[in-house]
Amino acid sequence: MTINELQDEIIEQFSQFDDWMDKYALLIDMGNSLEPLENEYKTPQNLIEGCQSRVWLDAQMKDGKIYFRGDSDAVLVKGIVYLLIHVLSGHTPDEILNADLYCIDKIGLREHLSPTRSNGLLSMLKQMKMYALAFKSKQE
Amino acid sequence: MNKEEIEHIRADFPILSEKVYNKDLIYFDNAATTQKPRCVVEKIEYAYFHLNANIHRGVHYLSLKATEAHEAARLTAAEFLHAEKKEEIIFTRGTTESINLVAFSFGEAFCHPGDEVIVSAMEHHSNIVPWQMLCERKGMKLRVIPVNENGELDMVAYSSLLNEKTRIVSVAHVSNVLGTINPVKEIIRIAHEKNIPVLIDGAQAVPHLSVDVRELDADFYVFSGHKIYGPTGIGILYGKEKWLNAIPPYQGGGEMISTVTFEKTTYNELPFKFEAGTPDYVGSTALAEALRYINNIGLDNIAAYENELLHYAEQQLMEIENMHIIGTAKNKCSVLSFLVDGIHPYDIGMLLDKLGIAVRTGHHCAQPIMDMFGIPGTVRASFAFYNTKEEIVRFTEALKKVVNMLK
Repeated sequence: MTINELQDEIIEQFSQFDDWMDKYALLIDMGNSLEPLENEYKTPQNLIEGCQSRVWLDAQMKDGKIYFRGDSDAVLVKGIVYLLIHVLSGHTPDEILNADLYCIDKIGLREHLSPTRSNGLLSMLKQMKMYALAFKSKQE
Repeated sequence: MNKEEIEHIRADFPILSEKVYNKDLIYFDNAATTQKPRCVVEKIEYAYFHLNANIHRGVHYLSLKATEAHEAARLTAAEFLHAEKKEEIIFTRGTTESINLVAFSFGEAFCHPGDEVIVSAMEHHSNIVPWQMLCERKGMKLRVIPVNENGELDMVAYSSLLNEKTRIVSVAHVSNVLGTINPVKEIIRIAHEKNIPVLIDGAQAVPHLSVDVRELDADFYVFSGHKIYGPTGIGILYGKEKWLNAIPPYQGGGEMISTVTFEKTTYNELPFKFEAGTPDYVGSTALAEALRYINNIGLDNIAAYENELLHYAEQQLMEIENMHIIGTAKNKCSVLSFLVDGIHPYDIGMLLDKLGIAVRTGHHCAQPIMDMFGIPGTVRASFAFYNTKEEIVRFTEALKKVVNMLK
């Protein structure tokens, strides 16, 4: 599936709920279903320090595609880490660089990505794009 | 205070009837900032509509009115703190600026390489960083009074930290994280035995307890307007006249001068020496209104009622499994910091928000005390006299629901 198809699928999943608590319950489920990142990958290099919660991100390149894995100590943040990874992982550097992450906004979780939340998610998104850029320049 | 009185008070605060996410707002973030009663906001409007002119300079009617209002506000603040003279009250932008002013000006006058400053482990960053900057500037050392597991200062350690190199002690009256009311009178008495002056950060104290700077014998006492139901951007520095006269100005500019030539400038007398530029006479006037509002309710009534709320909330929270209250000092203000095992404070805060409840999560700008407790942060509910037991019940129910979702 393309990045946008994956995003539309997520939007669809969240759209069945009107109540905030139901949306957050889904996000918590997603956070809990995130494949755990082994402690050896929770290195200072992979740590994206937020003011309140910590986020780790690991990226590997395989057959021209980037595979992300991540984790957080806060489960709601982990849910968004899941979303970002679910949407962006397994795509080429160019696809990731050009991706417009509209799904976070559409499902009403934009506040988690606002700079004032300082939960590391905005930095994580930037970091994902940085990886894409780095892998891309390595390829060329 | 009874239910009827609280309802009456709540009607003075329009924001309390706001809806968030279609739910009644419960505002439990009072230690971060307090809401404003109608009279304070009306005072701001009144000041701009009826007495707006630059103060202390103009010969005209409005300027005189504005000057009178600003100086009357100074007197109100002096009376509020039981200062001896109104000249001992300096208007600043808030607690942070007040501490920076003292750290700079006191440092210039009295501090030398090798000297020491004492703060405590429970300080807000704004009572740490200005002193660290002073230490860096002057080649001094910052010494820290340790805190025990209940969140109380180790007074024996404090006494042993004081020595001939200590230039100043700066501690919070009330901790913004733990709610601990520190024994500041004793802290000051011990320091004074060695002729060491003490600054008290009263930001979290003045909204909850009656403060008498003369009874405490505090050398400097600082607080912010916005934490005591006044406007943002205005605050108070109280300093004993002898200290304020002995230290140089902080900022230069208009208002703080007596005469200016390119060869030499002489500074104005107290309090103007420390109020460079056009002061916030609207802010000061509105702050005075807030102080009068508080005085009308009475700080003793406020303290008694808020204590009731704190104990009630503590009881309610203990019904929740794996609940840990951080800060269990004997003497506490209405600040309730807590953690639930295995659940990140951020998650609790975000979900409570969606249920209409405003709490603070994180390290509360006091990272050293978090490190000491070995925790990343807490959830903090802080109560004001406009909060109710019904709100605490709704908060506890919401918290139970949230903890269930997250565990």
